[in-house]
Amino acid sequence: MNKDLALTEATYYILLSLVEPRHGYGIMQQAEALSAGRVRLAAGTLYGALSSLCDKGWIRLLPVEAGSRKKEYVLTDEGFRVLRAELARLRELVTSGDYVLGGLEQ
Amino acid sequence: MNERKTLYKWYWVWEFEKEERWLNEMAMQGWALCGVGFRRYTFERCEPGAYTVRLEMREPDAEYLDFMHEIGAEYLGRVVKWIYFRKRAEYGPFDLFSDLDSRIAHLDRIAKALWLIGLANLLIGSVNCFDGHSIGVVNLLCATLLMYGLGRIEGKKEALERERELHE
Repeated sequence: MNKDLALTEATYYILLSLVEPRHGYGIMQQAEALSAGRVRLAAGTLYGALSSLCDKGWIRLLPVEAGSRKKEYVLTDEGFRVLRAELARLRELVTSGDYVLGGLEQ
Repeated sequence: MNERKTLYKWYWVWEFEKEERWLNEMAMQGWALCGVGFRRYTFERCEPGAYTVRLEMREPDAEYLDFMHEIGAEYLGRVVKWIYFRKRAEYGPFDLFSDLDSRIAHLDRIAKALWLIGLANLLIGSVNCFDGHSIGVVNLLCATLLMYGLGRIEGKKEALERERELHE
């Protein structure tokens, strides 16, 4: 898998939400809060993404507390690296856009 | 005692979105789905619009059901490979898929199931017809219908895949 491929919006917001431990519902709420209500992760989409991200090693499952069925996830070091690389890519997109469109508007 | 009613209705596999729309219209009219069976839908009285109903083709493994429970969705049951959920509208919006990739993956699951059952019917039908059992014709008709369904699902999938080339 090419490491330079862009992240999907869902993946990006899930990773951003997991800089601190959160469970499924917490991730949905955090993604919505960060994007001012725009990004609503649907249940099936989030569930599928969480298991692929665990497989990739970008996030990991925290040990489940006794008596609780809630699973908590958190970003791994590799996850942080991927997130920072994506942020750099997004900055480049914005810079290019500003350069081209900003030039037209002047 | 909660007022209940049971309705019998038939939807083809490729009409699952229509089925979901109907179930949500029922909820808008004050009838929340509370149980499912083959062609059978049981509703209970609710405040109009109190629930959002969703359905999908998926194995209802314990881990997934736990996850759905955690986000406030109620598992209503399964019919063959389809599973049904509802969530109180006051707990927030309820959707199963929010991007093209997961919608395409869902259609892919449906297409695979149709392929498998269609192929089985084709084989059984052919063998029976060769052996002179007229029941084989039924299997062949089933296979034809399943292949038609597969075409409909593949059509939906292709439309999403074309969109996926430009959007996510």
